[in-house]
Amino acid sequence: MKAELKELYQQVILDHNKNPRNFHDMPDATHEAEGYNPLCGDKVHLYLKIENDRIADVSFTGVGCAISKASASLMTMLLKGRTVREANRLFELFHGLVTGELDPEAHADELDRLVVFYGVRDFPTRIKCATLAWHAFQAALENKKETVSTE
Amino acid sequence: MQAGEVHTQPDLLDVDRVRADFPILQTRVNGKPLVYLDNAATTQKPAAVIEAIEQYYRSQNANIHRGVHHLSQVATEAYEQARRKVARFLNARSEREIVFVRGTTEAINLVASCFPRAGCQPGDEILITEMEHHSNIVPWQLACQQYGLRLRVLPMDDRGVLRIDLLDDYLTDRTRLMSVVHVSNSLGTVNPIKEIIARAHARGVAVLVDAAQSVAHFSVDVQTLDCDFLAFSGHKLYGPTGIGVLYGRENWLEKMPPYQGGGDMIRRVTFEETTYNALPYKFEAGTPNIAGAIGLGAALDYLESIGLARIARHEAALLQYATERLASISGLRIIGNAPAKAAVISFVLKDIHPHDVGTIVNHEGVAIRTGHHCTQPVMDHFGLAATSRASLAMYNCKEEIDQLVEALHTVIGMFQ
Repeated sequence: MKAELKELYQQVILDHNKNPRNFHDMPDATHEAEGYNPLCGDKVHLYLKIENDRIADVSFTGVGCAISKASASLMTMLLKGRTVREANRLFELFHGLVTGELDPEAHADELDRLVVFYGVRDFPTRIKCATLAWHAFQAALENKKETVSTE
Repeated sequence: MQAGEVHTQPDLLDVDRVRADFPILQTRVNGKPLVYLDNAATTQKPAAVIEAIEQYYRSQNANIHRGVHHLSQVATEAYEQARRKVARFLNARSEREIVFVRGTTEAINLVASCFPRAGCQPGDEILITEMEHHSNIVPWQLACQQYGLRLRVLPMDDRGVLRIDLLDDYLTDRTRLMSVVHVSNSLGTVNPIKEIIARAHARGVAVLVDAAQSVAHFSVDVQTLDCDFLAFSGHKLYGPTGIGVLYGRENWLEKMPPYQGGGDMIRRVTFEETTYNALPYKFEAGTPNIAGAIGLGAALDYLESIGLARIARHEAALLQYATERLASISGLRIIGNAPAKAAVISFVLKDIHPHDVGTIVNHEGVAIRTGHHCTQPVMDHFGLAATSRASLAMYNCKEEIDQLVEALHTVIGMFQ
């Protein structure tokens, strides 16, 4: 198989696709929003519990491809416990990573497990799959009732 | 030499010779030969079409219909000749029934915008079906909002077959028009369009046929079908993008007000009053896509040189082969199992998302479409967000189906 394809579909991504973490709804969420990619019909519903500007809990539900599901799953793992400001900084880095604007090695510590998504930059049509959950996260922070679209 | 002359066996399509007519099929993708199975989205173009467009811009370009100079007359003749080719292709009674538009979508929008103004009353009904493309849903929703009409939807069953048994219940005293797809772009179902039209006409209901997915695959005769309107796109039958056709029965086109105002669609303009041009020019405001029409004419010439009967046989055999090969893949489920199908196979593979399937098979050189195919109600019917879709054209061959099947095994291997 091609190297780029292997880099896109890393074992960690395939594992999170199969067994997504924090994959449930949250009746007592303080913030929530839905992200939608009209190109493929992918949907992710994101739930946040924010206490004193810190993300006390985060979860998601929805349907999507391996990239969007794994991205949502890893995102929830990494957001838990962070302040909103730290979370936004992480999205900035992640966005740079998948669009190829950021050198992953220079930010390896901050990106943590998100580095597995560096292969996405070779697949421009899949960047929106990787960022869908993050857009939903940002919409949830603003408590947007309307579905946010990747388009 | 015309492509049709090289076929020694009259009944069989020589796929190698046909492939040689399409320059883009030599492309390699990720080091593999391109396998283009996204023909329901758009078809590739034979050299004859590409050359006709180039020839027009190199030696014929001028604006049409009003110029007295040489080039304008040449361009006008080429454009009107293309219209005559379309009329012959559809077996229309006259060229007055052939309106050039941008594509199927614009053709349907034209009818949705003008037909209600030619005799619909608030409360009247438009009937569509559950398997329509968004372009045969949304224009009618807009028309319903504007003219106070009601949209009704004939359902389909779980094989992707229209519930024709319910048709008479859906054709009411208030139904004015039924707009129905000939071949479903997401399921491949070939609808019994002649029977539908006959039953609609028996209730005095006009019928628009969305022929976007049928005209490239088998011959369509508007007089045999007895349809009132028929729409198709040039780019789905080996012609250029940006050109399409609305066939309209002359009496309807006469009755309907113009779609857009502008140059070419008028006879006389004063600030007080304007009289409209004769058919079909009444519906062609502004400078049309002249090169596109000429390219479409070249595509029809090419299609006729191969022969639609021969194309239909070739594609039917290939569809059967592809269906059998795909169905033999463990965990693959074909969506759309109508007894009468054409050129399209939609499927889901285990619980692997179609987007992942599409990305991985692309790495094996195979182009398929993944998503909702602009038929979200069809996806809703089957409880799916998306499917993968392989759609065939006359230049596809068994080896390409084998390459798709092999690529799908790669997908399965990755997701095990």
